Amino acid sequence: MEAVGLVYVASALLIGLGALGTAIGFGTLGGKLLEGAARQPEQAPALQGKMFLMAGLLDAVPMIGVGIGMYLIFVVAPGLAG
Amino acid sequence: MAGEQTSTEYIQHHLQNWTYGKLPEGYTRYDGEVLTESTWVSAHSSQEAKDMGFSAVHVDTLGWSIFLGALFIFIFSRVAKKATADTPSGLQSFVELVVSFVDNTVKDTFHYKNSMIAPMGLTIFCWVFIMNAMDLIPVDWIPHFVANVIVGDPHFYFKVVPTTDPNATLGMAVGVFLLMIFFSIKQKGAVGFIKELTFHPFSPPTKGLGILLAPVLIAINFILETVSLIAKPISLGLRLFGNLYAGEMIFILIAIMFGAGFLLGLFAGVLQWAWAVFHILVITLQAFVFMVLTTVYMAMAHDNHDEH
Repeated sequence: MEAVGLVYVASALLIGLGALGTAIGFGTLGGKLLEGAARQPEQAPALQGKMFLMAGLLDAVPMIGVGIGMYLIFVVAPGLAG
Repeated sequence: MAGEQTSTEYIQHHLQNWTYGKLPEGYTRYDGEVLTESTWVSAHSSQEAKDMGFSAVHVDTLGWSIFLGALFIFIFSRVAKKATADTPSGLQSFVELVVSFVDNTVKDTFHYKNSMIAPMGLTIFCWVFIMNAMDLIPVDWIPHFVANVIVGDPHFYFKVVPTTDPNATLGMAVGVFLLMIFFSIKQKGAVGFIKELTFHPFSPPTKGLGILLAPVLIAINFILETVSLIAKPISLGLRLFGNLYAGEMIFILIAIMFGAGFLLGLFAGVLQWAWAVFHILVITLQAFVFMVLTTVYMAMAHDNHDEH
């Protein structure tokens, strides 16, 4: 259990769990959009615009995780190993 | 290009900003020279950049963000001066499209009277979009051109996308945060602002025995509201940073393949193109989200909570 190995495991958990949550979130969001558009086709453009807004917000937390994960993998881990 | 360089060194080289700062007296630099007094230098390695402490400034972030902001202002103001009511030219139609898009978005979100909000939304959207769009330029071109042709030191650090620097994005978010507080106090008064922080969401009883519970509720309210207040600028800044940093990181990782032979280089070219096309969506979306969230926060600052 060296420190370098732990850094990689931490970064993998960070990125993986973030991706899991976001995937479920985006799937639900898209499903609701399709449902809403099927019920009221004339609202479809407005709904789509709001969906992209929500998608941008939903992206935030996993992206912060990915950013930190990349930093851990490429800057911290070589720093520890080197 | 520098001779033998491992892929890790390549990645780390592309992730380091041009840092100018003060190194303390007695510090041993990369070439072994010991400083006799504290001097202002450009950092030659990330270790030196770290040792500069608070005095370090990311010159490339500052330079590119100011240059791109000035470019945006220059283009838009020139179009505005030459605007005609006759058939508009291509550039004028484009600017009108952007301005009407931002105007409609702000009108949907902000229902109060403040002539600063829509221009601020336009600035945020266009400036963040232009800064993000610098990410689409192939990652090696400008840094290598500057390092080899202009500066002559192939080791020179130069990052062209200001929004991949958390300083830039958090700086903008802190600006929005200060405006939030300013407008809140201006609309509701300092007392109203404090009241908003302490009397929501649980309204403490003011009559009868319940008044003993009031300090507890006020404390709970304060903690909840403060966390929610601080989370806004932090999430605003880090959202933009995280998206752009991850995008740039993937560009750099694909670019490593260019050094691995012809076939892999060809494959890397295709991958770069595909990722760039996907990244166009992310760039625009993040600029849009930053603008909408700023407008929503401004609307929340103007809201008098009378209907609660």
